[in-house]
Amino acid sequence: MLIIENLIMAFSSLLSNKMRALLTMLGIIIGIASVIAIMTVGNSISMSVAANMESMGANNITVGLQQKSTEEQVSESGARFEGGTRGRTIREEDLITEEMLEELAVAYQQQIAGISLSVSSGNGTAEKGKLYANVSVTGGNEGYFQLNELTINAGRGLTETDQEKGGKVAVVSDKLVENLYEGNAQSAIGAMVEVSINNRYYTYTIVGVYEYQAEAASFSTDSEEDITTQLYIPLKAAQAQNHSAKGYEQFTVATESGVDTEAFMEQLEHFFDRYYRKNQDYQISAFSMETMLSSMTDMLSTISLAIAVIAGISLLVGGIGVMNIMLVSITERTREIGTRKALGATNGSIRLQFIMEAVVICLSGGFMGILSGIGIGAVLAGVMGYEAKASMAGILAAVSFSVVLGIFFGYYPAEKAARMNPIEALRYE
Amino acid sequence: MAEEKGKAVIQVKDLYKIYRVGDSKVRALNGVDFSIYKGEFCAIVGTSGSGKSTLLNMLAGLEKPTKGEIIIAGEHMETKNENQLVKFRREHIGFIFQSFNLLGTMNALENVALPLTFQGMDKETRLARADKVLNLVNLKKHKKHKPNQMSGGQQQRVGVARALVVNPEIIFADEPTGNLDSNTSEEVMNLMKRVVREQNQTLVMVTHDNHLASFADRIFHIKDGKIIKIEDTRENLKEQVNE
Ligand SMILES: Nc1ncnc2c1ncn2[C@@H]1O[C@H](COP(=O)(O)OP(=O)(O)OP(=O)(O)O)[C@@H](O)[C@H]1O
Ligand SMILES: [Mg+2]
Repeated sequence: MLIIENLIMAFSSLLSNKMRALLTMLGIIIGIASVIAIMTVGNSISMSVAANMESMGANNITVGLQQKSTEEQVSESGARFEGGTRGRTIREEDLITEEMLEELAVAYQQQIAGISLSVSSGNGTAEKGKLYANVSVTGGNEGYFQLNELTINAGRGLTETDQEKGGKVAVVSDKLVENLYEGNAQSAIGAMVEVSINNRYYTYTIVGVYEYQAEAASFSTDSEEDITTQLYIPLKAAQAQNHSAKGYEQFTVATESGVDTEAFMEQLEHFFDRYYRKNQDYQISAFSMETMLSSMTDMLSTISLAIAVIAGISLLVGGIGVMNIMLVSITERTREIGTRKALGATNGSIRLQFIMEAVVICLSGGFMGILSGIGIGAVLAGVMGYEAKASMAGILAAVSFSVVLGIFFGYYPAEKAARMNPIEALRYE
Repeated sequence: MAEEKGKAVIQVKDLYKIYRVGDSKVRALNGVDFSIYKGEFCAIVGTSGSGKSTLLNMLAGLEKPTKGEIIIAGEHMETKNENQLVKFRREHIGFIFQSFNLLGTMNALENVALPLTFQGMDKETRLARADKVLNLVNLKKHKKHKPNQMSGGQQQRVGVARALVVNPEIIFADEPTGNLDSNTSEEVMNLMKRVVREQNQTLVMVTHDNHLASFADRIFHIKDGKIIKIEDTRENLKEQVNE
């Protein structure tokens, strides 16, 4: 009861000096807001990555070419594949060959459930009269479609026979059907679709329509109509079309359940070592969703640490500000303190009163910080393409930290008030 | 005589207060002895610096004596520690200040109820009691007024109400009318006198105004930390009547 009355009293004294209170709180607001913002972003990313991992399979290992680090240090794990294409371009002899893959499949029969291969034939437009749809043509093998399972709305997916023949058949998105066939999937099936890539025309027979799903982590500025969707063709068809040698820059391995991903990744890299030992520019490296997640978490925690330092300084400065304003307030209210003591207030109740005031300042600052932090975090997460999810633990921590901050920085001024001599306090002008 | 009328609520024996300022000593109180009885209204008069406030503060337990005894309501004040003094003040003593010392953020009612807060009384009871006392000092219309919305006289009546609200045995007032004009001063004096009489409380008031002192039953004249004369206005009155 005493606490509640003190709280109300502290609030009204805070409200009697709004501007001063707000300025005092600023340090705390900034400190708490930055912590909450980064925690919101971190939480949003890990939630969405976790969800992605579910759908993509955490046990899939992507194996690919990586430039050997010579003078130019290639960036760590997360960005290694982008890093790999820089510098000297990949030559035919650098590529992973069918033979290597066959050997791999034999050598690790127990561990490998499937190998997913894909080749990109570039971006272009599918055209029908004046109608068009942006597409990205991708050739994939059976393993590829096992991993990236499509939801077929009409017709069929690519079959084993399609793969063997390497015929010019395609599975297109429902978005493409909307643009070119007025959304009528039945009229699309069996139709010939003409795709122009770099001013060259390719024709495919549509055998199936899949349901387009926006990728969780993509952020496109294209309008709904101009959206680029995948047009899937058999792997062999893409290779023939590209005139590319039978080699791959990367592939994905689906592991059998129960395989230790981490250890298997090492084995994979070791396996390719003998092919690439003599290659001056490229080597093979493997990574999985798991390692990507952990490198992401690493990166995030580095950022978090930096922000925590900033927040810590800001909170320290804010706390000192609170202490300062409390000392000012106590000096201003010396007579009030003297009066209270003369009328029978104990040292303890004076101390409680001023600690409560400091706590209320810090807590109000904390709440404002939490709200703005969630706001900033949500915007940041949104820009990065993640669904914003506030971190409950962060909010609770911020609230309790505000209280601790108030008690810590309010104690000295409150103690000073409590120890005032009533007579001297009453005489104070 | 006085002793026959009742028990002494305040007994002061051989009281000294010596302040050290640098190397020199200030004898603010230099051997004071007196008794005050229940229901009495006493005034302490003297020139500035004679030790009036020092004496009053010590009686109220706000300051410790250098030497001597103070017995209030049967309890020795000089042996109490700070917490005991606070507790004693809270229950037995009311205080009226020269400069009112009302809290600016609270209205009249809340100001009056403040001392009851320290007794741990719940809000409802507190405000109900404060309300009654404000009626007693004729401030029915100003209960919701903040101090800066009231005249000096009204503020001091709030101050009087605040002293009365705990129903103390003794009320101390240090120049309660020092900031008021002479008409308002008399009003407040009459009010204090009436209320204290009605409730049979003891009132000890410091003033340097001889006219205001004449409202009291007894007047203690103090000079250089010593009581030089005690006047009983009731005897004067009798004498005057007898003549
Ligand atoms: N804290 C202190 N330290 C040193 N000297 C003090 C202190 N308080 C009071 N004195 C001295 O004690 C003497 C008595 O002071 P006191 O305040 O009791 O006077 P007073 O009679 O109330 O005067 P006034 O009518 O002006 O209020 C004065 O000489 C004063 O200077
Ligand atoms: Mg004085």
